[in-house]
Amino acid sequence: MIIEKPKIKVENLDLYYGSFQALKKVTISIEEKKITSIIGPSGCGKSTLLRVFNRMNDLVEGIRIEGLVEIDGENIYAKDTNMVALRKKVGMVFQRPNPFPLSIYDNVIYGPRVHGERNRKKLDEIVEKSLRAVLLFDELKDKLDRSALSLSLESQQRLCISRLLAVQPDVILLDEPCSALDPMATLKIEELLQVLKNDYTILIVTHNMQQAARASDNTFYMLLGEMIEYGPTEQVFTNPKDKRTEDYITGRFG
Amino acid sequence: MRDSRRYERVAFGVMAAATGIIIAPVLIILFIVLWYGVPGLSLEFLTAMPRDGMRAGGIFPAIVGTLVLTIGTAIFSIPLGILAAIYLNEYAGKNWMTRLVEISIINLAGIPSIVYGLFGLGLFVTFLGFGASILAGSLTLAIMTLPVIITATREALSSVPQQFREVSFSLGASRWQTVRGVVLPNAIPGILTGTILGLSRAAGETAPILFTVAAFYLPRLPESVFDQVMALPYHIYVLSTQVPNVSMKIQYSTVLVLVGMVFIMNIIAAYIRSKFRKRKTW
Repeated sequence: MIIEKPKIKVENLDLYYGSFQALKKVTISIEEKKITSIIGPSGCGKSTLLRVFNRMNDLVEGIRIEGLVEIDGENIYAKDTNMVALRKKVGMVFQRPNPFPLSIYDNVIYGPRVHGERNRKKLDEIVEKSLRAVLLFDELKDKLDRSALSLSLESQQRLCISRLLAVQPDVILLDEPCSALDPMATLKIEELLQVLKNDYTILIVTHNMQQAARASDNTFYMLLGEMIEYGPTEQVFTNPKDKRTEDYITGRFG
Repeated sequence: MRDSRRYERVAFGVMAAATGIIIAPVLIILFIVLWYGVPGLSLEFLTAMPRDGMRAGGIFPAIVGTLVLTIGTAIFSIPLGILAAIYLNEYAGKNWMTRLVEISIINLAGIPSIVYGLFGLGLFVTFLGFGASILAGSLTLAIMTLPVIITATREALSSVPQQFREVSFSLGASRWQTVRGVVLPNAIPGILTGTILGLSRAAGETAPILFTVAAFYLPRLPESVFDQVMALPYHIYVLSTQVPNVSMKIQYSTVLVLVGMVFIMNIIAAYIRSKFRKRKTW
């Protein structure tokens, strides 16, 4: 698939955990302000690929990366990459809702505070804006000092997304963000993603194929660390070019 | 069928008995110490200087000495232990160097306390010239307490979910910001508990202070860190073996005061632990 002016460009990416090769010559371009889903069976390397974009893999010992990864034309694996700036720009939502055991307010301002914002008024504004963006503000505006852990799982996941929006990212990585949620909550988070894509480039890893089909513009199918197929979601699901993609999406395995 | 049931009943019986035997010494010690010790307790006993060759009067200087030594131990061991644990747990990679440090800590914990006493005598009292002093005694006790604090702190740090660190990093926080913002606040109850337990052990130790600080008889309060002090554990040893004709009452009351101090510290530790365990929700 050819994309003009991609937000993210990956070329010939190899990634090794020790001697195990988790990603093999992955090449992919991600469209700006679109939702791109990464699908594939467990262990195919989709989460690993996602963690390439904010360099969370760096925390794993014995990891080695070769190839090119560019965001906005900048090589994020260059020697002089500013990790703080990169992670501000590329935020991540995790599998399980994981608010800190702090108040709702303190969760949202964790990022801004880390980046030096001390002005109470500004922080208040950030909290309001970030919670509004995930449609939680009206419900929570009088309960901001309550523990984040008192919220429902869905609200917790929304809060995690707003905690991320508070640092004003460009790209949002979601690593199976709905796997701990029930179907109704899942649907609501997906609706939220549709709103967010107006402002953010979104990558979502999922092993829920209906979710990929429903919620994403482009779909990337991986198997054993390799790219099998990449294209507009509709085409990948209705008219896959590769036999292996067809086997997977029709439920023959996975 | 009936045989296996009977076998099980016997096995449970033996286990229950073993559990009971564990409680017995604690109860017996507490009972005897309270029984013989309480009658001798009085405000005067707690606040007066010893008189008549320690056969009468109070144990005030020994109480003060033990408090001072415990505080001194805390001052040296808590920052060092917690910083070392943070480094080992949050920063250090897994290499031969950290492995070596870990092995050292484990071995440090296994060294008999009298060896610490002799080590303190050699290093602090003689070589560094601190003399038998609060400084030398506190440092010796601190080294002895370090492994406990480091181990407890590392356990508390490890119990903070890795997820919290990942989230913090993913929001652009540095390692130190992550430690300070997320890891430490959630580990502090565990750190406090372990630290207090370590200190309470130090408060009751005799051998490490024997050559480094403890005074046989010093009926005045210390004026500087280079002074010697009396201390409760050593005072008990002195009363029971070195001074003839000390009344049982005074001996038991002194023991009661030491046990009481250690007990209070342990209760505080247990309270902190249970209070925060309830709040913990992950």
